[in-house]
Amino acid sequence: MAVLSTAPRCFQEIILRLQSYWADKGCAILQPYDMEVGAGTFHPATTLRSLGTKAWAAAYVQPSRRPTDGRYGENPNRLQHYYQYQVIIKPSPPDMQELYLGSLAAIGIDASLHDVRFVEDDWESPTLGAWGLGWEVWCDGMEVSQFTYFQQVGGHDCRPVSGELTYGLERLAMYVLGVDHVMDMPFNAPDAPIPLTYGDIFRQTEEEYSRHNFDGADTAQLLRHFEDAEAECQRLLDFPPLDPKTGKTIIMAHPAYDQTIKASHLFNLLDARGVISVTERQAYIGRVRALAKKCADAFRLTEAGKDAEVIA
Amino acid sequence: MADLLIELFSEEIPARMQARAREDLKTLVTNGLVEAGLTYAGAGAHSTPRRLALAIEGLSAHSAATVEERKGPATTAPDAALEGFLRSTGLSKDQLEIRDDKKGQVYFAVIKKPGRPAAPIIAEVLEHTIRNFPWPKSMRWGSGNLRWVRPLHSILCLLTDEAGAEVVPLSVDGIASGNTTAGHRFLAPARFSVTSFDDYTAKLKRAFVMLDSAEREATIWQGAQNLAFAAGMDVVEDRALLAEVAGLVEHPVPLMGRIDEAFLGLPPEVLQTSMREHQKFFSARNPKTGRIEGFITVANTQPSDHGAVILKGNQKVLTARLSDARFFWENDLRVAKAGMGEWLDALDSVTFHNKLGSQKARIDRIAALAREIAPMVGADADIAEQAAKVAKADLRSAMVGEFPELQGLMGMYYAREAGLPEAVALAARDHWRPKGESDSVPTDPVSVAVALADKIDTLTGFWAIDEKPTGSKDPFALRRAALGVIRLVLGNGVRVGLLNIFGKHISILIPMAKAVGGVENIPEGKTAKDDADLLAFFHDRLKVFLKDQGIRPDIIEACLAMPNNDDLTLLVKRAEALAAFLKTDDGTNLLQGAKRAANILAQAEAKDGVEYSFGADIKFAETDSERALFAALDAADAKIAPAMAGEDFAAAMSAMAALRAPIDAFFTDVQVNADSEILRRNRLNLLHRIRALCAGVADFSKLEG
Repeated sequence: MAVLSTAPRCFQEIILRLQSYWADKGCAILQPYDMEVGAGTFHPATTLRSLGTKAWAAAYVQPSRRPTDGRYGENPNRLQHYYQYQVIIKPSPPDMQELYLGSLAAIGIDASLHDVRFVEDDWESPTLGAWGLGWEVWCDGMEVSQFTYFQQVGGHDCRPVSGELTYGLERLAMYVLGVDHVMDMPFNAPDAPIPLTYGDIFRQTEEEYSRHNFDGADTAQLLRHFEDAEAECQRLLDFPPLDPKTGKTIIMAHPAYDQTIKASHLFNLLDARGVISVTERQAYIGRVRALAKKCADAFRLTEAGKDAEVIA
Repeated sequence: MADLLIELFSEEIPARMQARAREDLKTLVTNGLVEAGLTYAGAGAHSTPRRLALAIEGLSAHSAATVEERKGPATTAPDAALEGFLRSTGLSKDQLEIRDDKKGQVYFAVIKKPGRPAAPIIAEVLEHTIRNFPWPKSMRWGSGNLRWVRPLHSILCLLTDEAGAEVVPLSVDGIASGNTTAGHRFLAPARFSVTSFDDYTAKLKRAFVMLDSAEREATIWQGAQNLAFAAGMDVVEDRALLAEVAGLVEHPVPLMGRIDEAFLGLPPEVLQTSMREHQKFFSARNPKTGRIEGFITVANTQPSDHGAVILKGNQKVLTARLSDARFFWENDLRVAKAGMGEWLDALDSVTFHNKLGSQKARIDRIAALAREIAPMVGADADIAEQAAKVAKADLRSAMVGEFPELQGLMGMYYAREAGLPEAVALAARDHWRPKGESDSVPTDPVSVAVALADKIDTLTGFWAIDEKPTGSKDPFALRRAALGVIRLVLGNGVRVGLLNIFGKHISILIPMAKAVGGVENIPEGKTAKDDADLLAFFHDRLKVFLKDQGIRPDIIEACLAMPNNDDLTLLVKRAEALAAFLKTDDGTNLLQGAKRAANILAQAEAKDGVEYSFGADIKFAETDSERALFAALDAADAKIAPAMAGEDFAAAMSAMAALRAPIDAFFTDVQVNADSEILRRNRLNLLHRIRALCAGVADFSKLEG
């Protein structure tokens, strides 16, 4: 593996090294999904593509939003908007762990100096109706990644099984770069003509969105939008598959899934606004899961999601 | 004789599953081998994060040959019978033997099964074991269908005898057996072959893998103690953590660091919990200050810099974690010092159960009930009420939000900060208890009052909304709550009529439940029925509890028939005295006599259609035995009634014991069903005195024996 001897100097260099490492390993380097999501798993390249028998390998950065985690840019580790690096390979290769450890080496984590551990952590997404077994990966006692073998997504058994890696990029980078406060982390090279820190780019937005998430967002409107997204998802799935214009069967699994993503984010915002009680919470999560399952059902009927014909 | 070595090499097995998996592997494989006719001398199972291993010594090379003889039809039987016999034995006619039998000549089949070599048996047993392994959770990976706890990579299966070592060939879902394994993931990743268990452990050791988990535990513990000693500290013992950490490492290297001065003001339980739960660190205490001042982490590698980088990283993570904890603590202290009002208000918006209202409503009920109970347990009513009001405030604290297991304990700290009486602080800590069967029971009167009120509120509440436990389903842990009440009452000798408490409490509870639409109008008589049903639930729990203490359920049953059976302390006192009495000779014999008396009476009463409770007259007594029984009953009556009234059950029992001889003598010498109707009736009336006297102690008809 191509281990770079020099340590990375900034946040974006870590991302670039991960991109180049996984590109070398044969993954399609995708771009972030253009919607607000809570985690890289929500990208259809992971949720939907982990279904069906077609082989798949993709890696991408996904900006992720967790409205309740906003701390006005003041907390050294917590952000309401952060980046995840996501790798998904189907079927999971036998050397998935070694591939992963190679990626740590690529960003400057030398296994002869550090203590890397795989600690049991079973992953479950109640909103996606998904679960898998795996670990959180510890480096010197810090969780740097989540490693999961998907067993079920959208209520469907994963056959074959996808291997999924999620890196929390800010935390990982802070560790590699030896930075104590996320806002102090160099974003581009410190000796660039215009050096920028993470704080230069995100401190203000963290402030603005924290206020928005906790106090500003119009809850009545959010509730309406949630209902709308839910209804729209169902309406799109209820469309007759046969498209009269083209004469083709076109199931709108992805557009419907977009509405699921929307509903999920709206729910997160409502949660941050504190208007969802403990008992209602479960009901909302159940509603989003119902949408995710229907989208998974629909995707399984499409070309990309169906099982390969078994040749007798 | 041969030795067998099996290793199942996989990706990291969760630490908590390893001990059980070792046992399961050993049991499944050895049972399978024995069932197939092999014998072995000894077996030992091992685990590391990446492997399960089993070494079997002294395994027989073949299963024993077996000879089975089966008797067939008579030689004169129709052909069809013979054909059937041939089919079932797999033999031909000329292979059968003809032997003489009582009824003539019959066919005999002698089926010889040769012994099988060990290897194919091992292969079958191991494949079956792998495919049916009882992991608590298992998974598929890649394109395969095999399930294992995490992806299984290789199977080592080696049979060694004087002639050498040989791989037992098998293949499970494409994984073929071999004689190789791999060492430590980072320190010696290359695969190597082995020839025996000794060779295997020796080579693993060279490859930085300590196979034996007990050895890893000992290494960790010894290393941790040495580090702590050098720093002038003691390691806080934590067996569960030690076992877990031993399951996370193949090459344990303990490293010690100090906790930053800035965090030493945190309660020691917070430091310990944060370090254990998040980081799996051991805590080290400075004996001079009594504080937790150090930590020990266990690395799974031999770092080239003696662990400087690893320790620095761990220290950094700990600092971040403890900064969070300190942030929670400081925020919590602010709220606590202001009287915890912020948390109490917030509990108004937290639902306890949608039919029973908010946590706030629940706390109000518990406070009212704690007031009622206080005088019965020797607590001050005002303080009990005050304690109940704040005991659950810590549920809203940031620290408990982060570490739910610190619930109660944080309440104690915060109550102290709020300047509340120490009894209130202790109640905040202890009113949750006893949490399980092994948890101790609070004894401070205020804690007892609040703990009882808490649990009784839960029970009456869920009974009112018909959420009772059914079968194995007990989602609200109501059995545990009832057992908690039982242990609180008995442990503290509390005298309380539960029905009275239920009744009073339900009158507070129902209006509150109605206010949230949890219950509609209660049908006439439901409350009384619920109360009786709940008391019966307590009685069932009590039977289970006392059975574990060696008191038979039928003894409880006999005592339940007595008045005030909702006073559990009284009930148990009675049962204990009765149980002790029945263990004596006098007791068992008296029980026989009393039962005999009751049986004779019951028959006579059924036949005559009257109850013989008219009073026996001594003037119709004919024999000395009869007169002696009159005297004995008079004497016993004089003692038993006051003893029972004074709850001196031991005195009552010893008075009962004095009846044994006169009753025995009466039944020996006297015929109850005398020819004279006058004598007969008088004797039946005399037996009734025995029955009545016993009934004043317990319902003897419920007793076995």
